Amino acid sequence: MTKTVLELNGVSKIFPNGKKVKSVLSDISMHVQEGEFVSLIGPSGSGKSTLFRLIGGLEKPTAGEIRIEGGLVRGERGRVAYMPQQASLMPWLSVSRNIELALEIAGMERKQARQLALEWLERIGLAGERDAYPHTLSGGMQQRISFLRALLSPQQLMLLDEPFGALDALTRLHMQTWLLSLWEADRRSVLFVTHSIEEALLLSDRILVLSAAPATVVREIKVPFARPRSEELWKDPLFNELKLDIYSLLSPVQSPDPMK
Amino acid sequence: MASKGKFHLIWPPAAVMAGLLLIWQIVTSTFNIEEWILPSPYAIGTEMQEAWPRLMEHTAATIRITLLGFGAGTAAGFVLAALLHFIPGARTALYPLLVLTQNIPLIVLGDLLVIWFGFGLMPKLILLVLVCFFPVCVSMLTGLRQADEKLVTYMRMIGASRSQLFWRLELPGSLSHLFTGLKIAASYCVISAIYAETIGSNVGLGVFIRLASNGWETSRVFAGIIMIVALSLLLFGLIAGIERLTLRWQVREEAAGQ
Repeated sequence: MTKTVLELNGVSKIFPNGKKVKSVLSDISMHVQEGEFVSLIGPSGSGKSTLFRLIGGLEKPTAGEIRIEGGLVRGERGRVAYMPQQASLMPWLSVSRNIELALEIAGMERKQARQLALEWLERIGLAGERDAYPHTLSGGMQQRISFLRALLSPQQLMLLDEPFGALDALTRLHMQTWLLSLWEADRRSVLFVTHSIEEALLLSDRILVLSAAPATVVREIKVPFARPRSEELWKDPLFNELKLDIYSLLSPVQSPDPMK
Repeated sequence: MASKGKFHLIWPPAAVMAGLLLIWQIVTSTFNIEEWILPSPYAIGTEMQEAWPRLMEHTAATIRITLLGFGAGTAAGFVLAALLHFIPGARTALYPLLVLTQNIPLIVLGDLLVIWFGFGLMPKLILLVLVCFFPVCVSMLTGLRQADEKLVTYMRMIGASRSQLFWRLELPGSLSHLFTGLKIAASYCVISAIYAETIGSNVGLGVFIRLASNGWETSRVFAGIIMIVALSLLLFGLIAGIERLTLRWQVREEAAGQ
């Protein structure tokens, strides 16, 4: 039987906003199983970042409960591995030191962290950059380091917050297939936020479509494609059908323009 | 490329300096200006040579008090900045008091410290600490508050504790501010040490200059000034050098940005 790594039950978040209140999340229930890749997709400003802050323990939910590996999360931090949209590497640390820092904060011993970092940099072909400073690397390279840092962290659950959002289209495509190959070899539990429908379809086991604020889950889509997957998927008629399906859910106007 | 670049940085100020000295020498010798009014560079050089052993003795004393005051003052500034950063509300409550310590003229402060602590090392040390802590404390506080918001969020998401946040992010992120504070403190420290020596001491460049000027030995005053300038430049250069070694990533970042 598979374990549930992340579980949200009726989670709501309301922020006070002057005299009024602003409801950002409304009654969200969802889960991520062990080794499952789940994407959240929704219009901008639909509270996905707030949801991540709740799961990461930076904020407490107004109502409902969040459980990570069975344990209740109400402001407890450090239960997740995290990859933000901006690489967020310390500019004064070399590539390998940046990875080690994340592992050490997660409680790993210094020596073990170093060994693991070097071993994996070698494996993904970035051994030559281990002593480079982040600003000397391209955006795509920085995001690879940022992903590796999250992947090597000992936490079971990985939160990926629109990790390729700031990259150019071509780099983004390369990064998607790169991440796919790494993840399929070592299946972690992933909650992935994206604005790209193709990206969600290519990578995920399940996609949760969120509404505009206050966000709630309007549809759950099981992605039927077998793994391992590749960009060949784009030729699949079902891929395009699902894409249009999700697009119409996200579209504020009635007739979706498939060219966009 | 690098050595050529450095040469381009050095020769213009060096040429200006040499030119000024030359004009100075020519003016003093052609107009026969008396040595007690304005000694020529040559006369100052000769004076330095003659007074060298005594000059060194006084310089050594000044170096000692400067380094003591600089060390204690900047350490105090660093610790205070960290405390004000850590304790909620402390910054707002104590900031006006910090500024206040800088509003009392050194001359008044020097007299008061002598009244309270006598003529020993203590009043001089306190004076230097008061001068040096402020630039370090203020620039550190600014640096600590300017930690990159996205890096803070990242560190908190992965569960960094308050002390990990400080040592792994806020402190390394504010090092360039810290060095700015240290450089300002270094410049003020030497001058203040000279002043501190004049309020109650029998050794040090401050005393040396005071005695020389009382005796109308103007070339000796200039010899003292040269030592003070050299000392200031040395301390400043030392800190700038440590800064360059510490912030190597930033030097490269700036170079990459050009």
